[in-house]
Amino acid sequence: MNSEQPDEQRGKPIGRRVLLGTLGLGALGVVTAPTLQRGLESFLASASDKDPTGLTDLLPNGGGFRYYSVASSVPRKDATTYRLTVDGLVDHPRTYTLPELRALPQTRLVRDVQCVTGWRVPDTPFEGVRLSRLLDAAGVRREAGAVRFTCFDGTYTESLTLDQARRADVLVALRMQDKDLGHAHGGPVRLYVAPMYFYKSAKWLSGITVTKKVKPGYWEERGYDVDAWVGRSNGRDDEPTT
Amino acid sequence: MSLRLDAPTGAVRVRRFSRAERWVHRTTAALMGVCVVTAACLYVPQLAELVGRRELVVRLHEWAGLALPVPVLAGLASRAFRADLRFLNRFGPHDRVWLRAALRRDKRAAARPAGKFNAGQKIYAAWIAGATLVMLGTGLMMWFTHLTPLVWRTSATFVHDWLALTIGIVLAGHIGMALGDPEARRGMRTGSVSREWAEREHSVWRP
Repeated sequence: MNSEQPDEQRGKPIGRRVLLGTLGLGALGVVTAPTLQRGLESFLASASDKDPTGLTDLLPNGGGFRYYSVASSVPRKDATTYRLTVDGLVDHPRTYTLPELRALPQTRLVRDVQCVTGWRVPDTPFEGVRLSRLLDAAGVRREAGAVRFTCFDGTYTESLTLDQARRADVLVALRMQDKDLGHAHGGPVRLYVAPMYFYKSAKWLSGITVTKKVKPGYWEERGYDVDAWVGRSNGRDDEPTT
Repeated sequence: MSLRLDAPTGAVRVRRFSRAERWVHRTTAALMGVCVVTAACLYVPQLAELVGRRELVVRLHEWAGLALPVPVLAGLASRAFRADLRFLNRFGPHDRVWLRAALRRDKRAAARPAGKFNAGQKIYAAWIAGATLVMLGTGLMMWFTHLTPLVWRTSATFVHDWLALTIGIVLAGHIGMALGDPEARRGMRTGSVSREWAEREHSVWRP
């Protein structure tokens, strides 16, 4: 080979072509993503049903839900240690245990879960107590206008206007996908605000405080919309989940 | 004064990388490392549960990603680095021979003629540069949520996720090959390699 002595700086500019080709493929990927994603999701869903290793869950969109926590660690609560407090501008503040919540009439909703970052889990059943029932039981005072939610991760907060909170599709959820809510999904009790992006559905719910005005929640102080209607906020136009 | 057994005094050392080239590689590697580790903590559920602190991890990931092209851009100030980019860009007849041998899994050095960079390194460099830019573009679309029309963001997430997985695999290959070649690593660490290694692994290279 030494006799060949090619000048290394001549020759075809393949490097540039590979770089531009990669960029082009990336752009093509963004353009064709909706189609590709649908195909891949249905393939992966069927593959993960038969996958005993759970490895397919690590592939993008393979498992559906993604775990988000803003706290460094989240304590675990169960039927004996869990408490939900309802207070603020109410006539009868009170604290519920998990068995007490389970004893109340349960509502089951089957809607799509839509995350503001793009992932969606279709037809997900949630089951729990209507928030409006807890508010009515507490006796909301006349001057109240909003509801604030706190969580036992110690960090996350959310808010709804009183009108939003009284909607029939807003639940204090105890079950998801017909199973008791696990810790990773915000169990034992989370909020479920069906018509809004999923960051409104605060996990590890521990407090419901009736307030005068809406106080922006954790992500809302970091730029997300407070009124997070799916398809009509955060610059998105997804199919509504109502 | 190093008197290492594998580099006895008197052995001829060949200059391979200047300080600028090594720093470009080092800082790019560090930033890419931050991107990969934070991405794993955002993405793998077990790690996400372990680490939490989503806001902090997201910020780290975003800024490391944004800074990722900076070392290469700064490196353009170096004549040696610009020459490397030209070497990486141009493919000669020997590169075709190298690629054929690689496809046949022919590992004999004589079957794999290479200039300063072999054809595999050239393709890797071009691909990872393109992939980094795609990650940067899709990442910015996800970061600034009001920037693009909307279906785009879901699409950007999709491309970002799958390309991340691909980059992870390719990067593991890159690191694995470096682990298998101590002299190549020494070249990147100290700037020079043994003449014997240079003639065997990069027969067409004229340092």
